[in-house]
Amino acid sequence: MRTDLPAIEIENVTRRFGEVTALAGVSVVIRQGEFFSLLGPSGCGKTTLLRIIGGLDWPDGGRIRIGGVDVEDIPAHRRPVNTVFQSYALFPHMTVFDNVSFGLRMKRVPRDEMVERTRKIMDIVEIEDLAGRRPAQLSGGQKQRVALARAVVNEPQVLLLDEPLGALDLKLRKQLQVELLALQRRLGITFVYVTHDQEEALVMSDRIAVMQAGRIEQMDEAEALYERPRKRFVAQFLGSCNLFDAAVEEREAANLAVRTSMGPLRVAAASAEEAAAVRDRFTLAIRPEKIALRPLGYGGRENAVAVRVEEVIYVGSETHYLLRTDGLTLRAEAMNVQAGPQGYERGQEAVAYFPPAALLALDD
Amino acid sequence: MNGGAQAGDPSRVGRAGAPRSRGAEMCFGERLTRRQHWLRSALTSGPGIAWVVVFLVAPLVAIAVISFWTRGAYGEVEHLWTFGNYRRFMGFGLFGYDPLYPRIIARSLGLGAATAALSVLAGLPLAFFIAGLPERFRPVALTLVIIPFWTNLLVRTYAWQILLQAGGFLARAAAAAGLVDAGAPLYPSAGAVLVGMLCDYLPFLVLPLYASVEKIDWTLAEAAADLHADGLRAFRHAILPQILPGLVAGVILVFVPATGQFVIPDLLGGAKTVMLGNAIAQQFGPSRDWPFGSAIACLGMALVMLGLWAYARAAGRRGQEVL
Repeated sequence: MRTDLPAIEIENVTRRFGEVTALAGVSVVIRQGEFFSLLGPSGCGKTTLLRIIGGLDWPDGGRIRIGGVDVEDIPAHRRPVNTVFQSYALFPHMTVFDNVSFGLRMKRVPRDEMVERTRKIMDIVEIEDLAGRRPAQLSGGQKQRVALARAVVNEPQVLLLDEPLGALDLKLRKQLQVELLALQRRLGITFVYVTHDQEEALVMSDRIAVMQAGRIEQMDEAEALYERPRKRFVAQFLGSCNLFDAAVEEREAANLAVRTSMGPLRVAAASAEEAAAVRDRFTLAIRPEKIALRPLGYGGRENAVAVRVEEVIYVGSETHYLLRTDGLTLRAEAMNVQAGPQGYERGQEAVAYFPPAALLALDD
Repeated sequence: MNGGAQAGDPSRVGRAGAPRSRGAEMCFGERLTRRQHWLRSALTSGPGIAWVVVFLVAPLVAIAVISFWTRGAYGEVEHLWTFGNYRRFMGFGLFGYDPLYPRIIARSLGLGAATAALSVLAGLPLAFFIAGLPERFRPVALTLVIIPFWTNLLVRTYAWQILLQAGGFLARAAAAAGLVDAGAPLYPSAGAVLVGMLCDYLPFLVLPLYASVEKIDWTLAEAAADLHADGLRAFRHAILPQILPGLVAGVILVFVPATGQFVIPDLLGGAKTVMLGNAIAQQFGPSRDWPFGSAIACLGMALVMLGLWAYARAAGRRGQEVL
C-alpha cells in the first residue's frame, strides 16, 4: 500500500437498476486515514456506492482505484477492503470467535497468527468474553462489535461501514459513535461511513459528502458543510434552515444588498468571488440558532426585522421560537444560558436580527 | 452477561417456561375431569395411534418374529426358533460360504447412495435456478418438477426403454458423440438404471431443498466474499449451512425408497441383477420362504436406519439440527 496515494479515487461512476438511476456520475477522492461519510436520505445511492467500492456491486461506467490500483477486474474477495454490514450479516452457525477469524482463515493466515490477531481485536472491541457464543445469543450492541471486529481484524486499507449503528437505540448509538471514532484514530484505517443521520455524520466525520438522487450535492469538512451550505438540499438536510426568496439590489465586494419580503437585508459572503457568483434572484438561508431575538426598540440598525412571537417551545437547554413577519414564519433557537425565566413570551412583539455573515446565499 | 449460554438452548427454555400439566390441565376453554380428558384424548389421538399400531407396528413385529422361525417343507411357517435365516443371509448357507445376499444388500445400498448423490448433483442447480426465477414463474417451475408423478412409474420406465432403445434418438446421439457403438442400445445398462432412478427420485430432493434455498440470506454470501472467501468457499461457509436442513431431508427422502427400488433396475438394467426389493418379493412369493424374506426385510431396514443415524450424527455435528 502506498501511503502517498489517495485511499480511494472514484471517477464519474454511474449505476442504473433498470429504470432507476442509483448513481448519476459520482466523483470523489478519499484521503488516507480519513473518516469520510456518505450522507443522504434513503435511496440516494450512498449504499450502492459503498457496495461498488467493496466489489459487491458493479458500476455501469466510471473508474475506481483503491490505493492507486484500478479494481475493475478485482473481485470482492481479493479487494483490500472490508465491510461492516447494516444487518451485521454474522454467520449464525459459527461462534463469535469463528466469525471474527473468518477473514484470516480464508486468507490462510498461519494458525498461531490467526488466533493471536483474532484475540487481540476481540480485546480491543471488548468482546473477548463472548468468544464461544453464537450470534443468536448476542445483544444488538454485541453483534455490532462482532461485525466490527470481523472486518477490522483483516487490517483492510479501507473499512466500509453501511449504517452500522442504524439498528441500535439512541444511547448505545451515541456511545458507539465515540468508540468507533476512537478505534479509527487508533488503527489509522480509512473509514468510509454511510449514514442518513446528519448528527452522526457531523460527530464523527473528517469530511462529509451529501448525496441526493445519485449525485453528490456538496462535499466538505463537517463544519464548513454546516456553516456554509451551498445547496438548498444540503442546508435543509444537514440541520434545519429558514429559506426565503431574495433578489440582489447591489453588489459591493463581498457584500450584497438584497431585497426580500421582510425588507432590505445585507448579506456578507465569504469572499468577493463568492458574492459575484450569486445569481440575481436566489434563495437566502439562515440557521435558526443564528437569528438573534432582541427586545422591541432595538431597531434602527440594519438586518433587524420586527416580528411577533407566535410560539415558544421550551426544550430545556434551548428555547425554540416561531416568529411571524409579513407573510413569513421563521424559526429561531436560543440557548438558555442565563438563570431564571428565559426570553420571550407568546404574542410578544420583538426584533429579529440577522447577522450579515450568517445569511447564506444558496445556488439553488 | 451471565446465563447467555443457556438462553440459546431451546430445550431448557421449553422445560423451564412450560411446566408439564398434572392430569386434566390440557383443556380448550373449559374444565375437564380426568376421565373426560382421557376420553377426549382417546377419541382424538386414538384412531391415528390405532392405525399406526395395527398397520405398521403389528406387521413389523410379526415380520421380526417370523424372521426367527423356520420354513416348513411345503413353505409353511414352523414355530421353531432359529438364527438360521440370518446366518443364511450373511452367506453361511447349505453349500458353504457364499456372499450372495450381502452383495444384494450392498448393491441396493449402493444404488440408493448413487441415486441420492446424482439427485444432489442435479437437484442443487435446479433448486437454485427455480429460486432465482421471477416470483410468478416459480409455482409453474415447481409444478413441472412434480408433473412426472401424474404418470405411473411403470409407464415412465417403459417410456425410458423406448427412448434408450437401439436406433432411438438418444442412442444415435450417443453413437454420434462416440460414447457407444453405432446401432447399440443404451439399455439395459447401469447408466440406464441411474437415469431412470434419477428421474423418479429427483422431485423428492428438489422440493425440500427448494424450500431451504428460497429462504437463503444472501447477505451472508456477500459477507463471506467481503471477508476474502472465493466463490466455492463462500458457498461452503455461507450458503451450505443454510440449505443443509433441506438437503438432508431431501437425501433421506431419496435414499430410503431408492434402496428398496427394484422395478427400475429390472426394466432398465435387464432383469439380471437382484436387488433388496425383489429378493424379498422372491422369498415371500415364488420361494414361499416367509422366515427368510422377513430376515432380509429386517436386516435391510436395520442397515438403512443405521445409515440414517450415522448421517444425522455427521450432519448434526456441523451445528445443525436436521432431524
